[in-house]
Amino acid sequence: MYELPSGAEIQNIVTVLKSSAAYYIPEIYLSVLFLVLILADLIFGPKKHHLLSVTSLIGLVGSLWFIWQQHAIVGQEIFFGMYVVDEFAIFFKYFFVLSGILTVLLSMSSDELNSRVSGLGEYYVLVVGMVIGMVMMASSTDLVMILVSMELVSLAAYVLTGYLKREKRSTEASLKYLVYGAVSSGLMIYGFSILYGLTGETNISEISSVLLSRGYDPVTLMIASIMILAGIGYKVGVVPFHFWSPDVYEGAPIPVTAFLSVASKAAGFALLIRFFYVAVPHGAETGALTPGSEWLLLLMILSVASMIYGNVVALWQKNVKRLLAYSSIAHGGYILLGIIVMDELGTQATLFYLLSYLFMNFGAFLVAVIIANKTGSENIEDYRGLGRRMPLAGAAMTVFLISLVGLPPTVGFIGKLMIFSALLAKGSVFVWLALVGILTSVISLYYYMLIPLNMYLRESKQLLPDTIKTGFLPQLVTACLMLLTLYFGIFFTPLSDFAHFAVTLFGNQLY
Amino acid sequence: MDFFNTIGLNHYLVISAILFGLGLFAIVTRKNAIVVLMGVELVLNAANINLLAFSKYNGGMEGVMFGLFVIVLAAAEAAIALAIVINMYKTFNTVDVSSIDSMKE
Repeated sequence: MYELPSGAEIQNIVTVLKSSAAYYIPEIYLSVLFLVLILADLIFGPKKHHLLSVTSLIGLVGSLWFIWQQHAIVGQEIFFGMYVVDEFAIFFKYFFVLSGILTVLLSMSSDELNSRVSGLGEYYVLVVGMVIGMVMMASSTDLVMILVSMELVSLAAYVLTGYLKREKRSTEASLKYLVYGAVSSGLMIYGFSILYGLTGETNISEISSVLLSRGYDPVTLMIASIMILAGIGYKVGVVPFHFWSPDVYEGAPIPVTAFLSVASKAAGFALLIRFFYVAVPHGAETGALTPGSEWLLLLMILSVASMIYGNVVALWQKNVKRLLAYSSIAHGGYILLGIIVMDELGTQATLFYLLSYLFMNFGAFLVAVIIANKTGSENIEDYRGLGRRMPLAGAAMTVFLISLVGLPPTVGFIGKLMIFSALLAKGSVFVWLALVGILTSVISLYYYMLIPLNMYLRESKQLLPDTIKTGFLPQLVTACLMLLTLYFGIFFTPLSDFAHFAVTLFGNQLY
Repeated sequence: MDFFNTIGLNHYLVISAILFGLGLFAIVTRKNAIVVLMGVELVLNAANINLLAFSKYNGGMEGVMFGLFVIVLAAAEAAIALAIVINMYKTFNTVDVSSIDSMKE
């Protein structure tokens, strides 16, 4: 049935692989870093984890240079259309490497991780592995590649979640993450197989052109779409695929929670944008039967449900990590709003919002790490009276939470403003979506402000020392993130220019 | 009755749909973590049958390659899943998923 390739064809394949490798240097570099970390762990033993953390930090910072080199070669499809180097992918490469760096910094500050008796051997290796997977998720343009990169992220994430394996919460979290993750990736693969059956193609832009030219059965495509959406929605953590997230966020080590809530979510959104804008055909007419509008309706429902559910259930949370988990479900809803606008402004707003989320959410989790180091607890009750004793952490937490609510003068305000103005510019039903977003933001004010309230206005029940020392590194990183959150809230042009640069998508048919 | 005489694409798809349904059923109803993971394997294999059948009747190689990748990923996932289940057994002394619910809102 299948013919063997001739010699000339094999030659051609080798040439393409060689020329494509030149566009793949950041990923190759990160993979080398991954291997170096494994070897370093073997050679130096698990006790010297400071060496590993510093190596991964330097390595990740170094990879930024290789990504910078890629600005000259954007708009290339490589490896037979499996992978693409475009502005959008470069944006996410910066994003994931930056969040990897912040995760390593958080892990270096966390006593919870560093006091582990058996060392931190594979921890940094897995963090780098996840960064590679997410970078590939943002750039893949083929169903096989999407699947492989998503599994790379998921498998590393399961292990990282259960990294504190003697702790009950961590074990339970990893099990729940694994079961939900395995089921949703199974559904997604089944959806992919139906999509492959409908089109006979695995490249996403060819899928869309075949669907448009040859026509399709809308019910079958709908089933496939919902299954694929289950896989992506699980990564993004929106209602109704959110069941894992509160438990996983509460059980995982705090740096891992921060990494999952920012980077893994952003990777899901990158995939969603690429898949939704490129693979789903958007016909010229906006009738009810184009699959693009079905997706749009589905995403609208998911977005509204996430905003309402996340913000309302967060109201009675007692644990800060769990509270931030529900808040991250709600933020997933806000980011979806930017995607369903489906124009240049909306994409720019989405990317800007993701960047702002990076600063404020990592910041909030970093303060949670600092406080957990000192009190050993993540309950809001135990935050009482800490604001005066840890002046920097208290002030920074307040800034991050104000930013998460979306109040000026912080970067979160600009992010929400951009998303809502993109919605309002589109008009009609989108105005109602913006209204839901604004109203749910008002609800979120209450539960976010509970934390500063406890930190500043309530006195602790136990006797605490007058000042609590928190170490140099976490303080430095907190201060940097706080200043950036405030700075970009006022001078947001560089960030929005960067987001605008990244809206160019390879094979995009929308704008 | 052509359906019963020659095996065509539809037969593969029906088998795959049945397998998918059984897999989902196992995931939803079973409490033992290992059986839940077996359900996941069924779902993955259903997708594999789909891919191979479509590849056979489309004439392209992509489906076969896709199927190979799914097999490899399923193996990797099973390895990690079993490690996590063993850790769960060591910590909780059970592999019953429904009894593990220490975190409440």
